[in-house]
Amino acid sequence: MIGLKLSWRYFWHRRISILAVASVALCVFIVVIVMSVMNGLAGDFKEKCHRFVGDCVIRSQSLVGFPYAADFIRELEKQPFVAAASETVQGMGLMTYLGTSFEAGVEYVGIDPQKYSEVTNFAKTLQYHADKPENAFVPPDVPELDGCVLGIDLILLRSDTGEYSPSSRPFLLRVNISGFPLNPKGGFARAGTDTVSSKTFYYSDHIHSGLVRPDGGMVYIPLRQARLLSGMDSPIERSSTIHIRFADGVTAEDGTEKVRQHWREFMQSCRGKPYAEMLDSVGVQTWRQDRREWIAPMDKEKMMLALLFLMLGIVTVFIICVVFYMIIGHKSRDLGILKSVGMSSPSVAAVFLGFAGIVGIVGTILGTASGCLFLWKINDMENWLYNHYGWRVWDRSIYAIDQIPNAVEWSTLMWVAVCAMGACLVGALIPSIQAASKSPVRILQISQI
Amino acid sequence: MGQILQAKNIHKSYRMGKQTLTVLRGVEMSLSEGEFVVIVGSSGSGKSTLLHILGALDKPDKGTIEFNSLRLDQMSSGRLNQFRNRQIGFVFQFYHLLDELNVLENVILPAMIAAGPVTWLGCKKTVRQRAFQLLERIGLAERLKHKPYELSGGERQRAAIARALINQPRLLLADEPTGNLDSKTGYGILDILKELNQQGQTILMVTHDDRIARQAGRIIRLSDGKIVS
Repeated sequence: MIGLKLSWRYFWHRRISILAVASVALCVFIVVIVMSVMNGLAGDFKEKCHRFVGDCVIRSQSLVGFPYAADFIRELEKQPFVAAASETVQGMGLMTYLGTSFEAGVEYVGIDPQKYSEVTNFAKTLQYHADKPENAFVPPDVPELDGCVLGIDLILLRSDTGEYSPSSRPFLLRVNISGFPLNPKGGFARAGTDTVSSKTFYYSDHIHSGLVRPDGGMVYIPLRQARLLSGMDSPIERSSTIHIRFADGVTAEDGTEKVRQHWREFMQSCRGKPYAEMLDSVGVQTWRQDRREWIAPMDKEKMMLALLFLMLGIVTVFIICVVFYMIIGHKSRDLGILKSVGMSSPSVAAVFLGFAGIVGIVGTILGTASGCLFLWKINDMENWLYNHYGWRVWDRSIYAIDQIPNAVEWSTLMWVAVCAMGACLVGALIPSIQAASKSPVRILQISQI
Repeated sequence: MGQILQAKNIHKSYRMGKQTLTVLRGVEMSLSEGEFVVIVGSSGSGKSTLLHILGALDKPDKGTIEFNSLRLDQMSSGRLNQFRNRQIGFVFQFYHLLDELNVLENVILPAMIAAGPVTWLGCKKTVRQRAFQLLERIGLAERLKHKPYELSGGERQRAAIARALINQPRLLLADEPTGNLDSKTGYGILDILKELNQQGQTILMVTHDDRIARQAGRIIRLSDGKIVS
């Protein structure tokens, strides 16, 4: 009881407590903000990746694809753990806007928009056909011709504020895509002047996925047209990927493992069929494994930040340690008094650890509250800075984010609070133990001098 | 009156860098219940060191100390804490009150330490009542909520005496309690100690002032770490 009372009084009457609280609060404030923003960016990015490819991806390592995808999809659709599956044909091509000098290297993706939307969030990223994805490739002005869906950055300009310049719907824009059709062995499917295959599409819509590569370098076209461009139409129909969405309650890992078993059985059943050896280069992966090239750098940055903040935590412990050495140095006379009236060494240590605990609690509350407040207004502040000084944390013309993520995760807050408290106690532990082990006679003799 | 404290052949030395400073060289003394004994000696004669050893604040290098048949020199530090808290009351020259606590809180401090958090809730009222009585007796009833730095030297020493008495110790040890006070205030403190002794409190006091020492029932003279009379 007296220990708690003294801890509180030391906290309340010592100006140096303000320094200790400020250092804890500042560290908590910074960690809450950076971890929340970083977790938000990473979480948002992973979620976009997940929605972009579905739960599981069966992908050929080869540019020439693999056969019998439709057969396997039919088999998959019979399984209760599979909600939907859709194949794609992918290839690299050169895109030009007819009548202009614009040219760009793109990745063209052939899909059945209806089925693909059942697996991924393709429909939700469409600008004009979100409610009717089956019409995504139907240009309104020329419905009898093939349309294409462009990544938004291929058709609209992104401003510094992250907004796209409004544009009238350029439905009569003709897009020419040239690809190299390959035969199943990887050679050119056609010889001579027909080496390159070109197709012209009318712009019918665009997607805004929030991911840099799809928005800036992908063009969606009808599945059969993609097969013609890539040569996957003959001598046997081939596909590049199968995307799968699992039924509710089935995790990506569990579902993928089941798909792998089915795939192995399917490969066995195809032995002896023409081009069955092409199935050997096919892998079954979860969305996370499939997108690891995109996700890994983000995770790496997050880990590096965590390490940086671990160092910040060590600095905090050091600051607390120094502050407590100063405080205990000032209060050594009190230690002698307390011991002379019978207080035990652990109780003396507990007084200072209690003091550290109060510093930790107050610092954590202040740091967390101010961090949450800062996060709540972070986008307003960034906008104000941009409007008045033209400065942004992330240049929206480069980064595919609309706003700085500012959602606070309770688990992150809990971790930060526990670590801050732990840092205070660890920082105060050595000075407290040293104080408790001092001889009362020596202390009182010195304080008399 | 029965014997309350007996010290035999007490030796104590301190290391000062590479040198050893011998402070006590075979001190032998005893104290009976209800006595008011004063230890006098010049500066550096070992008076305070002896008082600290007798009050279980320090341990002798050699020798035995018995307090009511309890061997203090053989007790664990935990039991010594308890002993100091319950059986001994200390009054220091520089008062040694905690600035963060007011007068009343300073006085009840040893009782709070003795009780622990749970027991304290049960005995809080009784202890506070006793603290009020003690402070009233020594003339500090109006200063309960004052902080030590708001009191005069004499008032601080009176508060320190009240703190020393809160747990009704069997022995009150006073280390130059008047040494930091003017003579009038010092004699006032001495009057309080004499009054306490008349009421049965055993007191052992250290001073270098012969005039103050003469007020006590018995005088022990210490010189060069030995009792000379």
